Amino acid sequence: MGTAPLVGAPADAAAPLRLAGWRRPVLRASSIALCLVAWHVATLWDLDLYVRFQNIPSPGDVLTEAVALFGSASFYVHILASLERIWLGFAIATVLGVGLGLVIGWSTLAADVLFPPIELLRPIPAVAWVPISIMLWPTERSSIVFITTLGAFFPIVLNTIHGVEGIDRQLVRAATCLGAGRAAIFREVVLPGALPSIVTGLSVGMGVSWICLISAEMISGQFGVGYFTWVAYGIVKYSQIVVGMLTIGVLGMLSSLVIRLVGARCMPWLPRRDEAGA
Amino acid sequence: MDTVAGRIEITDLGVVFGRDGRRVEAVRGFTLMTTPGEFVALLGPSGCGKTTVLNAVAGFVPPTVGRVVVDGERVAEPGADRGMVFQQHSLFPWKTVLANVEFGLKMRGIGSLERSLQARRYLSLVGLAGFERAYPGELSGGMQQRVGIARVLANRPRVMLMDEPFGALDAQTRLAMQELLLGVWREVRTTVLFVTHDIDEAIFLADRVAVMTARPGQVRDLIPVKLPRPRPAEVIATAEFMALKGRVLAQVREESGRAWTAPRP
Repeated sequence: MGTAPLVGAPADAAAPLRLAGWRRPVLRASSIALCLVAWHVATLWDLDLYVRFQNIPSPGDVLTEAVALFGSASFYVHILASLERIWLGFAIATVLGVGLGLVIGWSTLAADVLFPPIELLRPIPAVAWVPISIMLWPTERSSIVFITTLGAFFPIVLNTIHGVEGIDRQLVRAATCLGAGRAAIFREVVLPGALPSIVTGLSVGMGVSWICLISAEMISGQFGVGYFTWVAYGIVKYSQIVVGMLTIGVLGMLSSLVIRLVGARCMPWLPRRDEAGA
Repeated sequence: MDTVAGRIEITDLGVVFGRDGRRVEAVRGFTLMTTPGEFVALLGPSGCGKTTVLNAVAGFVPPTVGRVVVDGERVAEPGADRGMVFQQHSLFPWKTVLANVEFGLKMRGIGSLERSLQARRYLSLVGLAGFERAYPGELSGGMQQRVGIARVLANRPRVMLMDEPFGALDAQTRLAMQELLLGVWREVRTTVLFVTHDIDEAIFLADRVAVMTARPGQVRDLIPVKLPRPRPAEVIATAEFMALKGRVLAQVREESGRAWTAPRP
């Protein structure tokens, strides 16, 4: 408007920024392209540099295999089986982890009663539970969901506890001198105050539950992307292994993205970061 | 009823904190009465227990001995009749400015339309109309404190407790906030108990200044400030103000010196 000099300064400053904004995606895409080329060359020349590429499928083989697999219905059965287990396990872990975490963080009594067993079991990797899980649960599906739940549960519960304990006591005081009772404090202060930490827990938990799901499927599954990938090795379909791996990677990435987007939507007060680190 | 609300009676208050077997006596034999609608400043060296007195009136800290009575009721726990404005960072970061100011009304079960109406009135009183939808993190420190004041006043408390509310602000903003507070207080007549270590601030704002001793704190002197109201900022350059300041300064320096040299009990 009338303040041309004021407007001028940031506009000039923005020019190099725009250039950087254009260059960075190109750099990143080139980086990925370079990896693909290296992979292609290694398989093309059957490199044998202690690590051996003779049996490794080339990017082209994998692409052909992927087109074939995604054109057939049977591969989707595996994907859907894995997705169902992950969301079921993750949902159970969220309800249990957030619920227990809030109670443990809020009440010393609950912390003394409920926390010791959690602390005791936490160092055991979820995959180590697979044999016991097969014995405990009547179906293959329920035992794999159990492992998935277990993996997500610990990061969620610990981050929730951490979030509740980290709430500024002054905010609790402020609420009480504005007339808030215990229930209102929990709803209006504790829950939103712990939310950023809870979302971090969900994000970490989602990653861990994918690791657990794939491991459990490889060991004891009859369906699922993990099972598919392991079986492909057994039946010497090496391209399918890589398609399975990439599918797992993409699904895991999309799941984390969903958590991040939902989290950002639930916490509009946090400053927006364009590049929230995964 | 409204005309008599806001009488604080603090009688022989003593507060002892026990930490790790170590006893810290923050306040001893503290007595102070305010009349409804009065503005009293609690002034003293740091660590003299002035915030502890405020916390006892708020109900955050139980008296070890003595008692705190507000309008005939003994203080036992925090309540909406005694709102506190903290030094900083006391707004709910996840609530918008409007929702922060509405908080007390929401706790009283007032419908959303009515509380939005009332909250907006107090926001414009502190000069923040138009910032309803902002989050506290998007405001400057001075603006956040103004929201904190509006949040307490919207609750129509009998007593507004202020714990060095402008202590974290720069000098310019602090001066503007002091003038704003006097303007708001003229509109919303409520008893104010204002803790500060700033002598100018205490005299400029208060009807009476309670100078506290070093820890364990008690009232050393109660000095009435007869400067006429409304008080323009220029009042701090008048001879009357200077005379008062000299008197208060002498007392505060004596107590600060004592706080430095006093052996631990």
